[in-house]
Amino acid sequence: MAASVIGTLTRSQFVWLSSAGFMGFFAIWTLIAWSGLVQKQFLPTPFEVYDKFIELTQTPFVGYTLQQHLWSSFGRFGAGFGLAVLIGVPLGLLMGWFRWLDDMVTPLFDALRFVAPIAWVPFAALWFGTGIGGPVLIIFSGAFPPCVINAYRGAKFVELRYIEAAQTLGASNWRIISEVLLPASVPSIVAGLRISAGLGWQSLIGAELIVASSGIGYLIVKGQSNISTSIVMAGMIAIGIVGFAIDALLRRVESGINRRRGR
Amino acid sequence: MAGATSGRSGVTGAATVAALLVAWYCLTTLTQTISTTRFPAPLEVWQALQQITLQGYADAKLHVHILHSCKLVLYGFLAAIAAGVPLGLLMGWSRKAEALINPAFLLLRPIPPLAWIPLAIVWLGLDDASKVLVIWFAAFVPSVINSYAGVRNIDPTLLEAARMLGISRSMLVREVLVPGAAPSIFTGLRLSLQACWTTLVAGELIGAIAGLGHVLYQGSLDIFPAMILVGMVGVAVAGGLMTKALEWGEQRAMPWRQA
Repeated sequence: MAASVIGTLTRSQFVWLSSAGFMGFFAIWTLIAWSGLVQKQFLPTPFEVYDKFIELTQTPFVGYTLQQHLWSSFGRFGAGFGLAVLIGVPLGLLMGWFRWLDDMVTPLFDALRFVAPIAWVPFAALWFGTGIGGPVLIIFSGAFPPCVINAYRGAKFVELRYIEAAQTLGASNWRIISEVLLPASVPSIVAGLRISAGLGWQSLIGAELIVASSGIGYLIVKGQSNISTSIVMAGMIAIGIVGFAIDALLRRVESGINRRRGR
Repeated sequence: MAGATSGRSGVTGAATVAALLVAWYCLTTLTQTISTTRFPAPLEVWQALQQITLQGYADAKLHVHILHSCKLVLYGFLAAIAAGVPLGLLMGWSRKAEALINPAFLLLRPIPPLAWIPLAIVWLGLDDASKVLVIWFAAFVPSVINSYAGVRNIDPTLLEAARMLGISRSMLVREVLVPGAAPSIFTGLRLSLQACWTTLVAGELIGAIAGLGHVLYQGSLDIFPAMILVGMVGVAVAGGLMTKALEWGEQRAMPWRQA
C-alpha cells in the first residue's frame, strides 16, 4: 500500500544502490585520507585501520591484546548487567504487585533516573576504585532502570482474569508473582533486557574511558593520548561489533520467545 | 477513588523520602556509620551548595557551570536536529535514498556516542568543539532513525489522498510528512536529549574548563564527596528541566495531540 506512493525498488536496484552506498562510504573516507586534506595522523585510511586492528589482536597495547581488553570489558559488563537483571526484574515485578512498594520506590526511582549513569563515575571511583567495582557500578546504573520499568509494565498489564483466577484458586502472593506475573511479563522483560544491555554497554565504555586500567574503553583512551587515530578507530570498530553482537543475540532470544508464544 | 488512591500513594512516597533523609542524617552525622570521606553528611552538602553558588568552585559559580553545559547540549542537539530530521525524512520518503544512505548508518550505528569522545579529542582537542561534535553525534542517529520511521508509519491513505489532490512537493513536506512524522520525531528527540546529557557529562569528565561534568571531575580530584553530590544533583536537575522544556515544546508543536 505505502509502496504505491513511496515507490518500490526492484531487488537489483536495491542491491546496486546499497552496495554503492557501502562502497561510497569507504571510498570517500579513503579519498579524504589520501588527498592530504587532513593530516595522515588524524585520518588513517580504512586499510591502515584494518592493519592496526589485526596488529592489536596479536601484539599487546597498554599491557594487553585487543582480545584481552575485550575480555576484561566483558567481565565487567556481565557483572553489572547481571546484577541489574537480578535486582531490577524482581523489583519491577514486586512493584507491579504490591501497591505500597510501588508508592515507596517510584519517587526515588524517578529522581534517580535523571542522574546520567556516567555522573556516578566520581563516586564509583571513590567507593570502589578503578579495578572491577567502579565500572560495574556505572554499568549497573545504566542497565538497571529498563529492567525495573519493563518488568513493572509487564506485571501491570497482565490480564486481570488470570490474576483473579489464581486468587480464586487460593494462590499466595508468591505463587501469583512467580507463576502468573513472571511468565506473563516475559516478553516485556526481554524487550527491557535489550534496552538495558545497550545502555549497559554504552555506560561501560564511558566508565572505562575514565575509571579503568584495562578494557576496550581504556584502549581507545590510551590510543587518544598517544594521538594514534588508527588505534582509536580500531577500538571503536571492536566496540561496535561487540555491541552489535550483544543486541543480535538478545534479539534472537526475543523473537524465539515471541514465536513460542505464537506472536 | 482515583483521588483517594493517589493521595495515599503520595503520602507513602513522601514518607519514604523523609525516612531516607532521616536515615541519611543518622548514618552520617549522628552515628558516623558511613564515613564522610565516602558519602557526605547533609550539612556538608548544604555548605558545598552555598560555596559553589556564592564563591564558586572549579573556576566558576554554579549557574555558570550549568549554563555552560546547557549551551553545549543545545548547540549539539539543535545541529543534530537540523541535519538529522531532513535526512530521516528523505530516507523515509525515497527508497532510493534509503538504499543509498542506510549502509553507512548500519556501520556507524552500533558505535555508542561515548566511544566517539577519544576520536573527537584527537580531532578537535579538549575544547568545546569536540564536545559539541560528540553531542551532535549522540543526537543525530536517533533523530534520523525516528524521522525515518515516522514517515514510514504515516497512514498510506493520507499520502494517496494528498497526491490525488495534486499537492506540490513543498506542500507535501510541510503539510503531510512533517506533521505525520512529528510524534515519532519527538520520541526520537526525547531519547536523544538523554543521550546528549550522558555524553556531555562524560565529555566534561574527561576534560573541560567549565560545566557540571567539570565540577564532578574537580570534586573527585579533591576527594570532596559533598561537591560531587551537588554536581550530580545539578546534572539531574538541569537534565530534567531540559526534558520538561522539550515536552512543553512538543505540546506546542502538536496541539492536536493531547498528552
